[in-house]
Amino acid sequence: MRMKKCWFCSSTIYPGHGIQFVRNDVKIFRFCRSKCHKNFKMKRNPRKVKWTKAYRRLHGKDMTQDSTFEFERKRNRPERYDRNVTENTLKAIKTIDKVRSRREAKHIERRKKGKKAQQTIEAVKELEQSISLVKAPAFLRVDPSLTLPKIMVKVSQGQESQSQRMEE
Amino acid sequence: MVQYNFKKITVVPNGKDFVDIILSRTQRKTPTVVHKGYAISRLRQFYMRKVKYTQQNFHEKLSTIIDEFPRLDDIHPFYGDLLHVLYNKDHYKLALGQINTARNLISKIAKDYVKLLKYGDSLYRCKCLKVAALGRMCTVIKRIAPSLAYLEQIRQHMARLPSIDPNTRTILICGYPNVGKSSFINKITRADVDVQPYAFTTKSLFVGHTDYKYLRYQVIDTPGILDRPFEDRNIIEMCSITALAHLRAAVLFFLDISGSCGYSIAQQAALFHSIKSLFLNKPLIIVCNKTDLQPLEGISEEDKKLVMEMKAEAMKTVIGQGGESMDDLGVLLTMSTLTEEGVIAVKNAACERLLDQRVELKMKSKKINDCLNRFHVAIPKPRDQKERPPCIPQAVLEAKAKEAAEKEKRKTERDLEDENGGAGVYSASLKKNYILANDEWKEDIMPEIMDGHNVYDFIDPDILHRLEELEQEDGLRQAEEDDDDFEIDGKELTPEEQKALAEIRKKKSLLIQQHRVKKSTAESRPIVPRKFDKDRRFTTERMGRQLSSLGLDPTLAINRARSQSRGRKRVRSPDRGADDVVDMDVDTPNKKLRIRSRSRSRSKSRPPGEVVPGEGFKDSTQKIKAVKLAKKSAKKRNKDARRGEADRVIPTLKPKHLFSGKRSTGKTDRR
Repeated sequence: MRMKKCWFCSSTIYPGHGIQFVRNDVKIFRFCRSKCHKNFKMKRNPRKVKWTKAYRRLHGKDMTQDSTFEFERKRNRPERYDRNVTENTLKAIKTIDKVRSRREAKHIERRKKGKKAQQTIEAVKELEQSISLVKAPAFLRVDPSLTLPKIMVKVSQGQESQSQRMEE
Repeated sequence: MVQYNFKKITVVPNGKDFVDIILSRTQRKTPTVVHKGYAISRLRQFYMRKVKYTQQNFHEKLSTIIDEFPRLDDIHPFYGDLLHVLYNKDHYKLALGQINTARNLISKIAKDYVKLLKYGDSLYRCKCLKVAALGRMCTVIKRIAPSLAYLEQIRQHMARLPSIDPNTRTILICGYPNVGKSSFINKITRADVDVQPYAFTTKSLFVGHTDYKYLRYQVIDTPGILDRPFEDRNIIEMCSITALAHLRAAVLFFLDISGSCGYSIAQQAALFHSIKSLFLNKPLIIVCNKTDLQPLEGISEEDKKLVMEMKAEAMKTVIGQGGESMDDLGVLLTMSTLTEEGVIAVKNAACERLLDQRVELKMKSKKINDCLNRFHVAIPKPRDQKERPPCIPQAVLEAKAKEAAEKEKRKTERDLEDENGGAGVYSASLKKNYILANDEWKEDIMPEIMDGHNVYDFIDPDILHRLEELEQEDGLRQAEEDDDDFEIDGKELTPEEQKALAEIRKKKSLLIQQHRVKKSTAESRPIVPRKFDKDRRFTTERMGRQLSSLGLDPTLAINRARSQSRGRKRVRSPDRGADDVVDMDVDTPNKKLRIRSRSRSRSKSRPPGEVVPGEGFKDSTQKIKAVKLAKKSAKKRNKDARRGEADRVIPTLKPKHLFSGKRSTGKTDRR
C-alpha cells in the first residue's frame, strides 16, 4: 500500500480514495477528490489556482527548499527488513515531521512580518488627510491636537448639553 | 474399409412435402407465361416441358432415396442382421420396392401424356393435359406416403446407430442384465453409458474405444440377455445376439458372483451354456464382477462347480486356438467396477487374447508371407561368449536410492496443509523461508503508512545519524530566530490618535453605505428630486448639531437660516392678533380664515385639489387629473360577463386576407 500525491492539489491520496486517469501517452493523473478531477477536466492550470500547493510553492507562500525534504525520497531498491532500522525510522518520522512543520510555520510568519509598520504609516497618512471629516479645519487651526470636538445639543430652557457623537 | 456411416442419407420428405417441393420447383424453373396467341408448337412445347421436368425431378429424388438406403444383402452381415432385427428386412425391402414402382409409374405417366400433348390443338387442351399429368404423378406419390414416412423413421434411427467397424479389433461384453457391463465400459473407455439399478437400462449397443499397446480397440456394450429360447427373444436381446453372432471379437462374459443383479449363479451359468455355441472361435474370458460384495472364494460349492464348468468351456476355446495352455488368469478373472480393482487386468487380458488370436490368423493366411518377406529383424551375432550386462555406476544407484527415500520422507507444503485442517482452514506462512539478519524478525509486520507518510520512503540504515545532524542544525537555527524575533515595533499610535482614526473610518464607511443605498435605488426607481422638505427633517437644530460635531459654532448659521425661512401662518387663535404684524404673506381670503377658525375643534384634512409642495404636481388641475387616473385604475372588474364598452372592438382593422391577394376569376377593384 502506498500513498500517492494528487496531481492537482498535491495532497496525499490514501488507499481507496480518489480517481486515477491514464492518458493515451501513458501518463497517469491521480486525483484525491472530484473537485480536483473536475478542475483538471476544465483544463485549469494548478499553478494558477490559489488553493493548490503548486500555486503556493510557486508564489513563495510555502516553504520550497529544506533539508527535511531530503528524508522523504522514493527509493526503488528494496531493502532487506531490519527491525532496528524500522524502529529508528518510525521514531525519526515523528521528529522530522515536527521539525518540518515548525519550519513551515516560521516561514509563513516571516512572510507576514513587516505588515505592522506599513499599517502604521498608512494610518498616520489617513489621519493627516481625512481629519477634516470629523473636525472642521477652522476648529483645527484653533485646536491643533487630535481630540475630537463635542456635539452641542440644544435642550429647552437654554441649557446646553453634550451627547453621543453619532446620530444618523 | 467402408465406413458404416448411415448419417449421410438425405432426408426423406413426407408425401405432401415431396409433392410441394417438386411442383414449386417446376413452377420456378420453367417459364410460366403463355398466351393463347402463341404458335401451337410453342404451346405444346411449353406444356411438354413442364411435364417432363416434373417427371425428371421425381425420378431424381426417388432414385437418390433408393440408392442411399443400404441394401441389406450388400452390407456386412452384422449390419444386415442388425437392421433386420431392428426394422424387419421384409418391411424395409417392401418400402424401397414401392418407391421403385412409384418411380416407374411416374415415368410411364409422363411418357403417355407427352405423347398426347404432341397432338394437343389448343392452349386449353394442352393445359388440361398437363394438369392431368401432374395430378396423376402427385397421386402416385400420395399413395406411397406411408412408405416414405416409414423410410424417414428408419433413416433417423439408422443415423443414431453406433458406428461399429465389424473388421477391427473388438471386445464384446455380454451377460445377464445388471451384472455391471455398462459400468465396466464406463471405466475403461470414455463412453458415458447409463448405469441404473433396474434391468435393461442399456437398450441398444454402445461403442467405446480403448487403447492397448498402441492399438485401438472397440469395446461394445450389449443389452443384457435373459435365458430364453431363441424364438421368444425381444428386439433388444436380439441386438446383442446379432453382435455376438457376427462380430469377430473377444467376448467377455460377465458373471455377478454376489447375485445382486437378481439372478443366481445357476441361472447365469444356464445362460452361458445356452449361448456357448456363439462363442466358437472367439477368445472367451469369464469375468466375475462385484467381488467387493462377494469374493470368489466365498461362494458356495455348487456355485463354484458351475463356475469351474464355465471355465472349462472357456479353456476349450483357448486350447482350440493354438495349443498354448494358459493358466487360470487368462480365462477366469475377478474384478470389481466399484473399487476398480482388477478392471485393468481384465482389459489387458482381453486385449492380449484378441491380439494373439488375430496375429495368429494373419500369420496363417497367405497374404502375410508377402509382408514377412519385406521386413527382417537384425540381431547382431555375439562374437564371444562373454556376458555383458548393463553397467550402472554405484554412485548413480546410491543417488537414486537416496532420492527415492527422500521423496517419501520429505514433507511437502501440501502435506502440511492437510495436517492443519485442509485448504480453507490453513493458510501457509509465506514468511517461513525469509533470510533475515535475525530469525526472530520473520513474523514481523512492518507498517507501511504512518502519519500521512509512506514509511518505505524514509527507510535508511543511517537515518539516526542524519537525524542527529538535522537536530543540530535545527538548534542553531532556533537560536538565530530567537534573535530575530525582537521586532522593531516602530511607531505606535496614541490612544487619542486611535480614537480619531476609528471615527474617521466609521464616518467613511457611513458615507459609502449611504452612497450605495442611493445608487441602488436610483437604478431601480427614479426618484423625484426633493426640492421641498416634506418630512421636515432638515431642521436648524440638526444643522446645529452637525456643525458643532465638527467643531464649528452653529449659531450664526442657524440664525441666518431662520431669517430666510417662510414662517408658519400664525392665525390659530384671535389672541395672537398682536403678533399678526409679523406675518408677511396674506394668501387666503378672510372667508376661509373664518371657516377655519370656527371649525377648529375638529381635525381637518386637506382639500382634494390642494397642491402640497413636495408631492410633485405643477398645479391643482394636474393633481386632480392624477387622482382620477389612479382611481380609474383601481376600479372593480365587471364579472357579470356582460358586454361592456370595452367589448366593442375590432381586433384588426385591415385583415390581410381581405385586403390582399389575387383572384382566380374576377377583378380585385372591389374588396
